Amino acid sequence: MNRTLTKPFTDDMVRPVMNTTVWFWAIVLATGTVVACGAAAWAYQLWYGIGVSGKRWPTFWALYLTNFVFWIGISHAGTLISAILRLVNAGWRRPVTRVAEVITVFALMIGAMFPIIHLGRPWLAFWLFPYPSAREIWPNFRSPLAWDFFAINTYLTGSLLFLLLPMIPDFATIRDRATGWRKKVYGTLSFGWRGTTKQWNRLESAMQIMAIAILPVAVSVHTIVSFDFSMANVPMWHSTIFGPYFVAGAIFSGIAALIIAMAALRKALGFEKYLLPLHFDNLGKLLLLMSILWGYFVFNERLTVWYGNEHHEMAVFWATQRGQFAPLYWTMVVCNFVVPIAILSNPYTRNIVGCVIASCGVVVGMWLERFLIVVPSLNHKALPYAWGNYTPTPVELYIMAATFAAMILLYTLFAKFVPIIAIWEMKAGDFVHPPQQGIGAGDPHRIDTAAAPSSTGAVS
Amino acid sequence: MSAIYGLYADPALAQRAVNNLRAAGVADADITVISSEPFEHLEFGHRDAKTAMPWIATGAGAAGLMLTYYLLGASQRSWPLVTSGMPVVPLWTNLIIIFEMTMLSAILATVATLIYTAFISERGKMYDPEVSDGYILVGVENPSDAEKLEPALTIDGGRVKRS
Repeated sequence: MNRTLTKPFTDDMVRPVMNTTVWFWAIVLATGTVVACGAAAWAYQLWYGIGVSGKRWPTFWALYLTNFVFWIGISHAGTLISAILRLVNAGWRRPVTRVAEVITVFALMIGAMFPIIHLGRPWLAFWLFPYPSAREIWPNFRSPLAWDFFAINTYLTGSLLFLLLPMIPDFATIRDRATGWRKKVYGTLSFGWRGTTKQWNRLESAMQIMAIAILPVAVSVHTIVSFDFSMANVPMWHSTIFGPYFVAGAIFSGIAALIIAMAALRKALGFEKYLLPLHFDNLGKLLLLMSILWGYFVFNERLTVWYGNEHHEMAVFWATQRGQFAPLYWTMVVCNFVVPIAILSNPYTRNIVGCVIASCGVVVGMWLERFLIVVPSLNHKALPYAWGNYTPTPVELYIMAATFAAMILLYTLFAKFVPIIAIWEMKAGDFVHPPQQGIGAGDPHRIDTAAAPSSTGAVS
Repeated sequence: MSAIYGLYADPALAQRAVNNLRAAGVADADITVISSEPFEHLEFGHRDAKTAMPWIATGAGAAGLMLTYYLLGASQRSWPLVTSGMPVVPLWTNLIIIFEMTMLSAILATVATLIYTAFISERGKMYDPEVSDGYILVGVENPSDAEKLEPALTIDGGRVKRS
C-alpha cells in the first residue's frame, strides 16, 4: 500500500493554514466587533460598579452564573467524547477528536471568565484562590467554590495538554511544507519532531494514559459545578440527583455543540470528504440517547419535588410549570426533548441538516435549563420575604453575546493556524480501518488500503 | 553527521529494509525508522514500545495524593476555622481536592515523561522532509561503512540517499 497517496489528504488539511480567504477576515471582523462590544460593556460595569447588571437581592446569581454553568457544560463535548472514543478505539472518531477537543479548551476558558466577571471587582479575584493568607478566611477547602478552582483548573490543564500533544506531529508536517516565517514558527512548535518509532510509541502511550486520567476528571468537573448548587439549602437545589443530572446535561449540550462545529467546518473548509454523514449519524444517535437520558433526569427531579410537596419547593416548581417562567420551561422541554426525539429517532431525518437543527435546539434548550436552575430558585427562597425578581440588563446581554462571538472567533483562529483534523490520526486510521466511508471516500485520489500488510514483518 | 537511508512509499518495503539492515549486522538500536504516521501493524512499529510511562504516571498520582493529603491537613490545622463542632480537617470535602490533584499529578508526570523520552533523549538528526508526504525513512546515522549498507537498503520501489 502506497502511503504517498495520503499526500492529497495532507494537502487538503494544510491548505487552510497556508491560504487565507476573505471569509476568514469577514468572520474575524464580525465576531471581533461583538467581542469588543462585550469588552466595552464589561469596562462599563467595572467603571460604574456591579449595580449596572440586573443582579439584585435575592437573585445574586443570575445571567453570569447561568453562562458559567452553560459553558462548562459545553466543554464536555471534547475531551470526554474524544477520550471515550480513543479508549474504545472507535475508528470513526479520528476526524472528530480535534474538532471536539478545541471546543473543550475554549469553552472552559470562556466559562472560567464568568465567575471573575460576576465578582464585580475582578482585581480581588485572588481572594478565590486557596492560599494561606493572614485574613484567616482562606484556605476554606470546605467551599464548593474552592473545589471549582481545583476541578476546572485540572480539567483545563489536562484538556489543553490532551489537545496540544497530538498537534506536534501535524506542526512538523506543516514545517516541512512551509517557507519563510511559517517554517520558523511551525519548526519551533514541532519541538524537533521527526516521527521516529520511539516518538510515536511514546506519544500513543501518553495519549492512552491521559485519556484514562481525564475521563474521571471530566465527570468530576460538572459534578462539582452541580455541588455549587446542591450544597446550598435553596429550594430545588438541595438534591442528590444534581451531580449525574449536570453531567448528563453537559454531555448532551457538548455533543450538540460538536455537531454544529463539525457542520460549520465541513461547509467552510470544504471537508465534505472527511466529515461524513456517518459521523453525523453516529453523533446524532448519541444526542438522541442523551436527550432521552435528560428527559429521564428531569422527570425524576420534578416528580420527587412534586411528590414531596414541600411548600417552598412547590413555589419554584409552579413558577416554572405554569407561572412566570413557564414559557421558558416549555420551550426548554420542546428544544431538549421533543425536537431531538422527533428528528433523530427517524433514520431519514437523522441526516446532517436534521442533526444540526436538533443540535441548535439543544444548545438553546440547555442554556434555558441553566437559567431555569439558577434564577427561579433564587427568586423564590424558603421565606416569602426573600422573594424577588430578576431581569437581565443590556450590559449582561452584551457580555453574554460577546462570549458566543468569542467562541466563534477563537475557533476560526484555531482552524486558521492548526489543521482542525488530526492529519496523522487520519492516516493511521486509514491504515487500520479501510475506508468504506473513511478518508477520501469517493475521491479519485483516495488512499489505497486494499493491499494487506505484507507477511514480511507484519504483526500477526 | 553522516547518514545513509532509504525512502519507501510502502510500509512493507520499509519493514524489509529494516530486516535487511539487521541481516547486514546493524544493531537494532542503530536503525532509525521515521514516518508521518504510526504503524502499529508492522514489527518495526513496535520497536522501543516498552516504556515505564504508566508506572511513572501511577507513582506521580500516588505522590500527588499523599502530598495533597498532607498539605490540606497542615493548612487547615494552621488556620483553624470555626466549624461549629464539625472536624477541622474534613476528609469528605478534602477528598474532592485530593482526587483532582492526584489526577493532575498523573497527567503532568505523563507529559514530563513524554517530553523527556520522546524529545530530549531523542538526539538523532537524520531526517528528510519527504517523510511528511508519506514516505517511510529507514536508515543508519554515522555508519561505519555506508557502502556495505547500501545493498541492504536498495529495494525495488525505494530510493537510497546519503547525507
